Order: sequence, then C-alpha cells, then structure tokens
Amino acid sequence: MSDLADLSIAEARDGLRKGDFSAVDLTNAAIYRAAVTESHLHAYLTLDQEGARDAARKADADLADGVDHGPLQGIPLAVKDNMTTRGIETTAGSKILSGYVPPYNATIIDKLHDGGAVLMGKTNLDEFAMGSSTENSAFGPTRNPWNTDRVPGGSSGGSAAAVSVGSAFGAFGSDTGGSIRQPASLCGLVGVKPTYGLVSRYGLIAFASSLDQIGPFARSVRDAATLLESVAGFDIRDATSYRGERPAISSHLDAGVKGMKIGIVAELTGEGIDAEVNDACRAMYNKLSDAGAELVEMSLPATEYALSAYYLIAPAEASANLARFDGVRYGLRVDGETTEDMMSKTRAEGFGPEVIRRILLGTYALSAGYYDAFYGQAQKVRTLLRNDFASAYEKVDALVSPTSPTTAFAIGEKTADPLSMYLSDVCTIASNLGGDPSGSVPIGLDGDGLPIGFQVMAPALHEAQLFRLAAEVERLAGFDARPALATSEVKPA
Amino acid sequence: MPIEIDIAKVARLARLALSAEELARYGSQLEDILEHAERVSALPTEGVPPTSHPLPMTNAFRADEIRPSLDREEVLEQAPARQGEYFRVPRILGET
Amino acid sequence: MTDWEAVIGIETHVELQTKSKMFCGCAVNFGAEPNTTVCPVCLALPGALPVPNHEAIEGILRIGAAFGCELVEDSLFHRKNYFYPDLPKNYQISQYDVPLCINGHLDIDVEGDEVTIGITRVHMEEDTGKSIHSSDSGRIHGADYSLLDFNRSGVPLVEIVSEPDIHSPEQAREYAAELQRVVRTLGVSDVRLEEGSVRFDANISVRPVGQKEFGTRAEVKNMNSLRSLQRAVAFEIERQIGVLEAGGVIVLETRHWDEGTGTTSSMRSKEESADYRYFQEPDLVPLHVDDAWRKRVFASLPELPAARRSRLVASGIDHQAAATLGEVADLAALFDAAVELGADGTAVANWLTGDVVAYLRRNEVELEETSLAPEHLCELAGMVADATLSSTAAKDVLGYVLAGEGTPAQVAAAHDLSQISDAGALEAEVDRVLAGNPDVLEKLRQGDMKPIGFVVGQVMKATRGKADPQLVSDLIRSKAGAS
Repeated sequence: MSDLADLSIAEARDGLRKGDFSAVDLTNAAIYRAAVTESHLHAYLTLDQEGARDAARKADADLADGVDHGPLQGIPLAVKDNMTTRGIETTAGSKILSGYVPPYNATIIDKLHDGGAVLMGKTNLDEFAMGSSTENSAFGPTRNPWNTDRVPGGSSGGSAAAVSVGSAFGAFGSDTGGSIRQPASLCGLVGVKPTYGLVSRYGLIAFASSLDQIGPFARSVRDAATLLESVAGFDIRDATSYRGERPAISSHLDAGVKGMKIGIVAELTGEGIDAEVNDACRAMYNKLSDAGAELVEMSLPATEYALSAYYLIAPAEASANLARFDGVRYGLRVDGETTEDMMSKTRAEGFGPEVIRRILLGTYALSAGYYDAFYGQAQKVRTLLRNDFASAYEKVDALVSPTSPTTAFAIGEKTADPLSMYLSDVCTIASNLGGDPSGSVPIGLDGDGLPIGFQVMAPALHEAQLFRLAAEVERLAGFDARPALATSEVKPA
Repeated sequence: MPIEIDIAKVARLARLALSAEELARYGSQLEDILEHAERVSALPTEGVPPTSHPLPMTNAFRADEIRPSLDREEVLEQAPARQGEYFRVPRILGET
Repeated sequence: MTDWEAVIGIETHVELQTKSKMFCGCAVNFGAEPNTTVCPVCLALPGALPVPNHEAIEGILRIGAAFGCELVEDSLFHRKNYFYPDLPKNYQISQYDVPLCINGHLDIDVEGDEVTIGITRVHMEEDTGKSIHSSDSGRIHGADYSLLDFNRSGVPLVEIVSEPDIHSPEQAREYAAELQRVVRTLGVSDVRLEEGSVRFDANISVRPVGQKEFGTRAEVKNMNSLRSLQRAVAFEIERQIGVLEAGGVIVLETRHWDEGTGTTSSMRSKEESADYRYFQEPDLVPLHVDDAWRKRVFASLPELPAARRSRLVASGIDHQAAATLGEVADLAALFDAAVELGADGTAVANWLTGDVVAYLRRNEVELEETSLAPEHLCELAGMVADATLSSTAAKDVLGYVLAGEGTPAQVAAAHDLSQISDAGALEAEVDRVLAGNPDVLEKLRQGDMKPIGFVVGQVMKATRGKADPQLVSDLIRSKAGAS
C-alpha cells in the first residue's frame, strides 16, 4: 500500500480507472508518507487530513458513477501557502497572516476542486515568496529530502520537498525570480514556470505582480504537463490573464528534438556556476546534439543586468503589494495610540527581515528623486532583455542553461549575506522579466548526492516546444533517483 | 559609487517602526544591494521604452454586472478590532 | 493700496452610478448596510486583483467628450501610494501622467459675462471607504477611535481638474453648477453634493493685478452645497488678502471649510507634499481608445445644457426660463415633448419653470413621481388658447393634474373650473357690478379706463375666477362705449 505514494500521476490515474486502488488508498498513502517524513522536513504548514479524505471519497464515488472530472481526479496534491483557500488558514509564511482564514478560494483552487483533485494541505515557503531557500519562513525552514542539513531551495521549498519525498503526487508553487525552478532543481524534480498570464493569479498573494506566475512541481515531465493543463486558461477575475487561444502544452511530449535549434546562453556558463553543474549541463548539451538537435551558443548581453533590474523591479512592486498588511481588516495587529502607530508597529513586528529589506528597497527605488535612476531605468533594462530574447528566438527554437549555479547549499550558509542569496536567482530571473515560459528538469546528482537541474526556455506561449524539449532531456538523462527519505519505512525524526 | 539613503524617511513612508539599530543595519544592507543594482545605469537606454508588462495586451475589461458580495460576518470575523458592523481603528492623525 | 486678483482652480470628483464598482462586481448602492457590498477586491484581501468596469470607462469618456476634451488614444493606470485606513490597499488605482482625457473647457455665464474655464484633465480612479469618527463634532480632531465602512471603497470616481481660470466666488459657483448640469445630462451620475456623489475642492490664491506669477495657494475642502462653495471661496480670498496686506505669507496647505462659523481653518500643511511614488499599475494593462471608439463616444452625446438653452432661447423662451428648464433634465425633456405635440412653448415653459418647480419643491417629490405627461401640457395649453380655461384656472388645473387626479379636461370638469365664456352670462354679471357701482360706470363713460380692473376683479370674484377676464374686459369697454 505504501508504494502507492511513489506512483506518478499518470500511473495513479490509470490505476484508479482500472480499479487497482482507490483515491482513498492514494490519499492514505500520501498522508502516511507525510506522517513519517514531516518531522524530518517540515514541508507542510497545514496538513488537512480530513478534507483530503473527504475529497478522495467523493472522487471515488464520482468515478464509480462514471463521472470523470479529468486526470487529477482523486490525486493528492499540495499547494504553496500563498494561494488562498477558503476556510483553510493561509499564511504566506508570515507572522502577519498567522491564523488568517480567507473567505474565498484562489482560482487555481477552484479549478483543482472542479477537477476532483485531493488537496493534501498548504506547503511552507519563504515569507511572501521572498527568498531562495525557504529559510525566510516565519514558521521554520523546510529541509531538503536529499540531505536534511540542506535547503530545498525557495521560495516554494515546501511544495518541492513534499513531491520529492512522496507526501504529494504533485504540487503547485509560484515563481517570481525562480521560486519554482530553483527548488525543483535542488530537489530533483520537474518544475515549470508558464508564460506570464497563462495561469490566473487571482488568489495568489502577490509579491511582484508583473513577474509572479503559478506553476507545477512533479516527478516527471508528463505529470508536470498534466498539472499545468488542468489550471491554465483565461480568468475574468485577473486582468493580466491571457485572453487568446490557449496554447497546446502536452502535444509534443514524444516528438524528440530532431531538427530543433537550441541556444546555450553564453552568459550562464563557466564563471559563477559550480564546476559539477557546468559539467553535467555540458554533457546534456552533447546528448541533445547527438539526439538530433543543433546546439549553438547564444549571447544575451542584457542577462548581465537582469539580476540588478530584478532587484529593483520586484521589491518596488512588492512594497506596494504588501502595503495592505496594516492591521486594519485582517491579520496581526499590534496596538498603537494612533492608527499610524498601530500600522507601523504591526508591520515591523509582523514582517521578517527579508521582507522588511525588500519593502525598504522598493519604497526607496520608487521615491521622488530616485525613480528615474532606479525603477525607471530597471524597466528599460527589462525592454533590452526582452529584445535580446526576441532576437535569440529568431535564430533558435529554445534556450538552455543550468537552473541554479549550485546544488543545495547548507541551511544557514547564505543567510548572513542577502546579496549572496540573491545570486541563486541569476539563471532563472531572465524569463520572469521577459514573461516567457521556462522549466527545470533533473539530470543527475553531484558528488554529494545532490540533484542538478537543467533549465529549458521557450518563447512566450510556446509551452508545447518547452515540454517537448523537457521530455527529451528527461529521456536522455534517465534520472530516476529518489531521496533516501522517500519511503514509508522512515522513522520520524 | 557609494549611495547614501535617508533610511528613517524610507521607513516612515513604508510605515515600518524600526529601532535605531535596525535602521542602521537595514540602511547599510540597502546601500550594498543598491550599489550592485545600480549596475543597471551602465546600460545605454536613451530612447528605450520601459516594459511594465510582459504581455502586449490592452483593454482587459469586465462587463458592468453585479456579483455577490461577501457575507459580512465572515468578513468581520477576521477583523483585528470591530464595533458592531464596522472595523475599528485607533485615532487617526491626519485628515485626507 | 493693492488691487488683488483671485486665481481659483477647482478639482471635482464625480461618483459614477454604474451598477457595479470600478474594479469588482460589488453593487454600487448608496444606502446599503455597512460593510455589505464588499468583496476580496474592494477590501484588499490578500490575493485579490482589480478588473476595470467597461461601463465606467465609457462613462468617463462621455464626460471628457462633453467637456470637449481630447480622448487620449493610449493611457495608463497608475498606483498612487499612501497609507490611510479608509484606503484598503494603501494605494489608490488612479491615473498619473497619461490620463484618459485632456485639454477640455467649460463655458459659463455669470450675469452676462461669458467666461471659458479650461479643463486640464479628466481621469479615472476609485473611491475610498468611509470613516466615522468618535468625536462629538464627527471630525478627526478629538476622536479616540474611528469606525470604517468599506461599501464605498472601489466605487468608480472621475476626477475633473480645471485650469486656474476662475477669478471670483460667483464664477466658482457657476462653474460647479454648470459642471453638475452637464454631468447630470449625460446620465452617468446624479451629482448630488449633499449625498457626496460629487465633491468640489477649490485651490485658491491671490496676486496683485498685473503680476504674472501665481501666489501661494491653499486648498479648501468640505463645501457641501453650491452656496457653501461660493461663501468659502469668498472667505478664503478675503483671508489671504488680509494676511498679505498685513505683511504675512500664505502657507501651502489644505483648509477645512466650516459652514457654521463661515471660516476656513488649517487641516494640515502641504509643505511636505506627499511622495506618492507613482508607478504603472502592474495588475492592469494599458487602455487603448481607438478612432472608432472615440467617434462613437462623441456621437452618443445628448444635447448638452448650453446647446439646449440656446435652442430654447432661439425659439422664443426667455433666458431665465430656458436656464431653469436646463437645470433638470426631465423638465426639459417634458418641455420638448409637449412642444412636439403642438403646445405653445412659452406657456409650457412658464408652467414648468414656475408652477411645476414650485409644486415639486413644496411636496418634495421628483418629476417622475407625478403623473404629468406631455399630453397634459399640450391639452392645457390648448384649453387656455381656446379660452376654455382662464390662465389663473389653468394653474389650479395643473396642480390637480400633478396630484394625479386625471387629465386637464377631467380635472377642469370635476372641479368646475371651466372658464365662463358665455357672453350673455357674463354680461349679466357685468351689468350687476356696474349697477352696484354707478360712479365707476360714470368714470368709464368719461373715458377713464382705470376702474376696469376693479370691475373685472369683482366679476371674477362673483364667478369664482371662472370668468374669461378678456371677455369681461371687452364687455365693460363696450358698455362704457355705449351710452
């Protein structure tokens, strides 16, 4: 029974319909896996066993009645705790929202419900999605299943850890500067950030509005495509939601890469990237070439400035998005003599240091007198970056690079120096600024047994191309390792 | 190029009550980060339009239709302080 | 002795009466119970997103077009960032350097002087919630705590900014009044000052006549009627002149008008002008108003008050009546309909602007609540024209028709108001009066026509106002003539 937790979504879906097991069986397996691993990992902030079992029972009953809601019916999934769930505490990893219970569901949650999915619970994250290690959570860090002294990456570390260890079959996170792809890379998973606007942001607690996107974590490319297909699509409640025809996503998973022209991002090789990561990626470039793709080096000069532009744009938008947390209508309130006093004390106490740092940074970057030099200039650099990508995509069908410059680093290693933490995002940031889709595929382990992730990027709305390449990388890598913790024989810590 | 920030003013604008020690710490961290971020000014950007949006979309509207509002009790339940049907706040300093 | 010139600009906020709010589907409902028309968006719950109301955009474009503005092809929404408890997001979605409408104007007429007031811009934004302060005065000062109602949060708000082309309290009042008429005619808002669906703030400064530079201005708020506005502007001008003539300086600040004391007082200094940190709203995409849309907007404009007044005057209605008809859109519509049916315009105009307006005020009802129809007015005019009713009786009939008793004919019959036009019957009355007043008859025969009025009056009294006064007059004259 406990092996069930290690099935892929595709296998679970088939098994359910063949009657090999029930949704309740799957759910119990995931709950059990969580029970034995949570003390090691702390992937979840809220585990909703009752709700999960109820949903599983309903999924089974519907299937028995011949009502098929789709591939996610009866599948236990986890969701990052920055997506609102009605009646279930949603904290965004912050003390300022501790105990907050939203009165409405994020659109993605409604879609998952409609699809008959089983929601296991809400996973841990860096506070307000600001971070690259999940160490900024107000409720304690999440640990990497491959080595619990290491970080799972961030900000969607909890979702990554849960899928990696098997306490969820798949999960959703959010990606603003790499927060899905980098944890996927550090935890040996597939993680995808779709084209900006493809998945509704309604109900996603905003960090940086023009960069945030919701995306899937899975243990296979096919599963990731299934997850994305289930939640993509226009939503009238999100004005930035893409209104055109929904692009194909899983149509080319078996097409292979013959004839594809692939660009290796020159600025993301060599210096600044770990030797083992570089080697693994270079090996993959060769394999892709052997598989029939044409690999060329592409220079995108503006990528040198992407990190700088990101660390002006994202905090600026965040400083305004987080202004609503003021102790007036919900969340933490620290009393004050005046409302101004109350708001200032509430925010100073409710927000952690990284959030405060970014709010100050953003507020400054937008201030009178500094706007042109900082925020204004960063938005122009963004245009230059998009131009670079646009010219590149005239010559190639996709771009590749490492996902993260390192494998999982130690807990506490980068917390003293904010700048060093920011550098974790150097490979992933460009596609947030541009809005194009990108994903990470695990391709091997380093000498310490830690996963290495390979990043694939495609033009906007070319998800089919993205998944086509990702599927081939997955096939060529043959990566099927699982962390030692991914078993139900584990003893709680 | 060293950058000097009036961190106390920024904290006031952002409604963050920070101690003198915290202000000093954040101030110096911000200066470090900004020196790094300031690299963007190296790029020539005359005539380059800013990108505020990855998608080239315009006119994303909704029709003028009434949708159900929230149940008041569910709303006020989350209020840190309420008085009857209202949210309550301590005295406000300035008038708009 | 310096000659001073007042320089005034007015900022107007108009609440649009769309069905739903600007960025969410909550109802726009003026009288709703507190905190019942709220949702994640207008309460700024975590995760909520704004989506613009198409009808509100149509509304603001119509307002801009009505003021002759250029409807900007590509415009943007911006965030205006400041912390305040009635502003849930602690930023307001507004427009900054690229508003929807620019470069318009409004012509006003102040006692014969025609002035053109420039309109710099018209832009879209959202309203805030309402706060109730616990102090006795209801003002912030002295309040221990405040209560918040977010029903109004997110209601579509249009801001209209005038150039500083206004130079007197009378002009300020007339600008505000005409602006209200224009917006009301468009049907996008009932622009009621007392209800808050329109708010006026005045920026006032003075300078010596001939000086090019503007003096320091003060912004005055809290004027809840047109009369208030005029008084406040007048007071502030005098106050500023007083300060300057005494050698003082005007402080850049916001001042609160107090209707009770008839004075403005300082609210807060505008010196440290707020740093709103404007940046383009990333949750919204830009607005694009193409040629076809612009043409449609201009084509959809109804006849505006100025044009209607001109048309009425050109058709023979006097200025005052034309102006009054223009005050209330439905009065003018009723007028037009009646004239269309063939009624005499002057008579109808007089009834509408006189008796009907008085009736509505006295009984505190709206025109729609009465059953007055264009047909009634047409019929009434006809009955006066053919002498079935005297003009005095017509007013009574009108009153009964307004009260819902029926058509003019029905009412006249029911109340026996028909004019007596039977020459024989009237002659008898005339004879009776003359017989009772021989000295009057003698005067008349002498050619002194002065007593005619007296005789007519007596006949009217005897017939309870039903006699045709013209006929009576003619009869008297003929009797005077005959000897």
